[in-house]
Amino acid sequence: MSSIIIVILVTLGTLFVLLSAIGLVRMPDTYLRISVNTKAATLGVGLILVGTAVFFNDLSTTSRSLVIILFVFLTAPVSAHLIGRAAYFMGVKMWKGSLIDDLEGKYQKNTHVLKSDSGDGDSPDHSKDEDDIVK
Amino acid sequence: MTLIDYLYYIILPILALSVLLIFYRFLKGPSIADKIIALDVLITTGIGIIGVYSIINGVSTFLDTAMILALIAFLSTVAFSYYLEKRNRKK
Repeated sequence: MSSIIIVILVTLGTLFVLLSAIGLVRMPDTYLRISVNTKAATLGVGLILVGTAVFFNDLSTTSRSLVIILFVFLTAPVSAHLIGRAAYFMGVKMWKGSLIDDLEGKYQKNTHVLKSDSGDGDSPDHSKDEDDIVK
Repeated sequence: MTLIDYLYYIILPILALSVLLIFYRFLKGPSIADKIIALDVLITTGIGIIGVYSIINGVSTFLDTAMILALIAFLSTVAFSYYLEKRNRKK
């Protein structure tokens, strides 16, 4: 009975990992590849580790698997946000089919300070840099 | 077909194929951010392979290696993106 559960969990996880690999090759844009990484690969590895915990049926192995799952689920969004921010400042082009760039014209290019439209949340020492806002 | 045979002959080749696909993106990636993402997914897939391999061998000690790999993946991604962003910042 537990072998059937392991087969289902590991097969689903492997399919998610394979889909994320295909998406990493096929997606046209850096930001879409970040999205693939964060969702599909994390879920696939989590399912495989749950299958490992079911197979060993042991307190120590289960706790180790749960710690790995918790760590991967916590750190994947943080690293995706950091690398997406770095890619945006490096000037990586978006895909030509992307419709909205919400950050366009709201970042100072040299100081990386976020600046809102109404200008109420901005500190006064950055107001003189308004001419070199990212276009 | 037992569980071990199923894992060994079907699951591990699919995971190896996905590692090859990710490695193609790691070699080809147009910008350096693509290469860092591919490295991150490569290590994440390695964690999955270690999980399947520990089921095949019946040794649960391999999961400690997976934990350390998860730590190293997060640390390397944070360090790479920090230096990339610092390199482009003209102050």
